[in-house]
Amino acid sequence: MLARLSAAIAALCLLGGGAFAQGAAKPSDPQIAHIAYNAGVLDVTAAKQAISKSKNKEVLDFAQAMQRDHEAVNKQALDLVKKLNVTPEDNDTSRALSKEAADKQAELAKLNGPAYDKAYLANEVAFHKKVNGALETLLIPSANNAELKGLLQTGLKLFQGHQQHAEHVAAAFK
Amino acid sequence: MLPGRYFWTALVMFGMNAVPAHAETIRVTIDKLVFSPAEINAKVGDTIEWVNQDVLAHTATVRGDWDVTIPAGATAPVDLKKAGSVEYYCRYHPNMKGRIAIAPVSGSSGGGRH
Repeated sequence: MLARLSAAIAALCLLGGGAFAQGAAKPSDPQIAHIAYNAGVLDVTAAKQAISKSKNKEVLDFAQAMQRDHEAVNKQALDLVKKLNVTPEDNDTSRALSKEAADKQAELAKLNGPAYDKAYLANEVAFHKKVNGALETLLIPSANNAELKGLLQTGLKLFQGHQQHAEHVAAAFK
Repeated sequence: MLPGRYFWTALVMFGMNAVPAHAETIRVTIDKLVFSPAEINAKVGDTIEWVNQDVLAHTATVRGDWDVTIPAGATAPVDLKKAGSVEYYCRYHPNMKGRIAIAPVSGSSGGGRH
């Protein structure tokens, strides 16, 4: 009953304020692992779209760096969950994040040239900012396993670095 | 008595000549997106060697000057050719920062560029 109530509250929060709404139920380690891994996968998908669409060298370099970094870190994450015998568990936050990303992809697919580059970079800044906020306030504090917490803390530094990188490249499009 | 004096004189002269000419290799480790040590003191002629222990590629970049890529799990060197204080960062993760204070070597103008 309590779990259902929490899920209902979480779902309401998701409707009201994006994937990482404040007040969402505290996620479990298998859910945290899924959210963090999924965030990496979604950014790799966005990077692949940028690599196929953009003609701008700075944008292409950035997208290739995103793909390379997130694939490398997600491999580490998979190795860790295997070692810990944790099965990542899909959840409302992960699903909401995927839906937001899919909607954005469809929106970006309609753009071309500098308009696409500008919109892709703006979304990369916003996406990394959103994940950073979730890591800091929800995912890292909620993680029980010390190794998972450690990987999330490294992930936070990585995402903060990506946000700054995206901001630097985006500055050229203003 | 005399042999002892010659010994000390030779030792002092050896020391005076040897120290400034001796170039060192200074290692900076990269682990979990942190340069360590973040601040180092070096001199012209020394080599900085970045040892990347991350699964991510990084760079050691000085704006308007050198830009070294350090692939995941690899090592990359830079020879210091001019004196001064330089701040460097990683182009892929600009929140990674480091600083090198490079002292001139006596008899060197320190004017060379990398």
